[in-house]
Amino acid sequence: MRTGALGKIYQAGEVIVNQGDEGDCMYVIQEGQVEILKEIDGRKVQLALRGEGEFFGEMALFEGGTRTATVRAMGTARVLTIDKKNFLRRIHEDPSLAYHLVKSMSARIRQLSEDVARLENLLDRDSSSAIAGSNR
Amino acid sequence: MRGQSFITSFTNSAFSTGQPACKLENGSPVAVIGGGPSGSFFSYFLLEMAEREGLELKVDIYEPRDFSLPAPQGCNNCAGVISETLVQNLAMEGINLPVAVVQRGIDSYVMHTDVGSLRIDTPSHEKRIGALFRAAGPRGLVNSEWVGFDGHMLSLAQNKGAQVIKARVTDVERVDGRLQVKTRNTPPQIYDLLSVASGVNTSALKLFEDQEFNYQPPKTTRAAIHEYFLGADAIERYLGSSLHVFLLDIPNLMFAMIVPKGDYVTVCLLGADIDEDLVQTFIRSPEVKSCFPPDWRGDQPECQCFPRINVRGAIQPYADRVIFLGDAGVSRLYKDGIGAAYRAAKAAASTAIFEGISAGDFKKHYWPACRVMQIDNQFGRMIFTITHAIQRIRLSRRAVLLMAAREQREDIPPRMSSVLWDTFTGSAPYRDIFLRTLQPAFLCRFAWDLANEISRRET
Repeated sequence: MRTGALGKIYQAGEVIVNQGDEGDCMYVIQEGQVEILKEIDGRKVQLALRGEGEFFGEMALFEGGTRTATVRAMGTARVLTIDKKNFLRRIHEDPSLAYHLVKSMSARIRQLSEDVARLENLLDRDSSSAIAGSNR
Repeated sequence: MRGQSFITSFTNSAFSTGQPACKLENGSPVAVIGGGPSGSFFSYFLLEMAEREGLELKVDIYEPRDFSLPAPQGCNNCAGVISETLVQNLAMEGINLPVAVVQRGIDSYVMHTDVGSLRIDTPSHEKRIGALFRAAGPRGLVNSEWVGFDGHMLSLAQNKGAQVIKARVTDVERVDGRLQVKTRNTPPQIYDLLSVASGVNTSALKLFEDQEFNYQPPKTTRAAIHEYFLGADAIERYLGSSLHVFLLDIPNLMFAMIVPKGDYVTVCLLGADIDEDLVQTFIRSPEVKSCFPPDWRGDQPECQCFPRINVRGAIQPYADRVIFLGDAGVSRLYKDGIGAAYRAAKAAASTAIFEGISAGDFKKHYWPACRVMQIDNQFGRMIFTITHAIQRIRLSRRAVLLMAAREQREDIPPRMSSVLWDTFTGSAPYRDIFLRTLQPAFLCRFAWDLANEISRRET
């Protein structure tokens, strides 16, 4: 039954996109899971995990330019590539095609806002306890 | 435009005509005749868009066939290829085709001519074309592990809230502006909107011959579809994950393709006056024999049919509260019929939810999507005429093969390869393909290869 698997199969640890590469497509995960890594000061920090049915690499379609993060397969992952040309043509003909993408990006912004709020809260607490410590 | 829209809505309003307003409202009942891809796509997107608008609709799909059965009961007479454009579009819609539905992912095609064969891979080496069966499989199939595409899509529409009524529609009648649908074994039902997605291989379109609509059914021709059992191992060995297309000089044959699936292969022929003799002439050609095991005879397919296909779209495929979709309306010439069904169904659903359901609304918002396909089909006709001419002239067949082979060997832009790929797989609009063949670089290279062939022949 595996003869019908659409997309491309990546083995565990295989890099699907590299931070800094030119991007002209996005991806939809058909099976498995991938991790999104950002290289900061030579160190790879895991930003997020994405699973079946989720998109990644969509920023390159809208903003152009280079990939802002590296994406790597966690275990075996099957991924379908969406061409920029096909995507933009269809969006032009049928803007509602972007609905799922916008919905998913909206959910990610919500998650990011929550993460930022949590981090700010942690920073506030840290700085308050540092000030309290220095006052003592 | 704004004024025109106002006038249309005003004349359609309950106030001006005494008829119910031509808009879907909360609780509006909608009937869909036919549970194939057009009917399922329409129901799916109608319910999805209604949900976004906070609208609750009651959608009934009239489909007498059981797609979990093999042919002939569940069959939808189709080669069963989902183009890479449609695979991508569906993925963007959140519809990912599972491995239980797609029998084989296709990553290349092999072009066969009497002067040689050539394999062309997708640049990304990715399987983005799906070969599948519309129902469970061919006649005589037992214990299939796969699910048919039509059954899968129908279940997605059901998950959105559509109900399937397993009955054949026997009559459609207007009652106070709405549509009454009758079957032999269910009580008559009145609907606010009727979507006709019956295809062209049933008698359903006859129901609309005597109606007051200006609808005229599409013009059709016959294709030949034959299914052969080879077994998964033989398919892997002889055909692999490639579509096999044939440019052979056989009278009346316009296009031929072999599609490898799980345990079966589908042979699909298009042309004028297709009959069993033409199929056998094709099957017996050495180019076809070379794709099969040496002991394969090919004279006894497990399943065969000569279905009608839409080659010229219907005239005025809409009326007040009625919309004709897919093959019953306007489709794509020869290729990517399921992709055309998806585009038309989505345009119809979006019109019904966001604009209205009068003939004026469909004319203004649904018909343009059909017109785009009709205009594109004109380019398609030119492409297939040229392809047919190439098929008949040995020199041009060699030049096409040479040009594509050079592109595969050397690091040069794949001009001919991409034209052939998009023509054979239905992955790009015909207009794009046609315009690419008019580019000076393409024409010069082709003329060069043709001239080389002529001089080689003379020496």
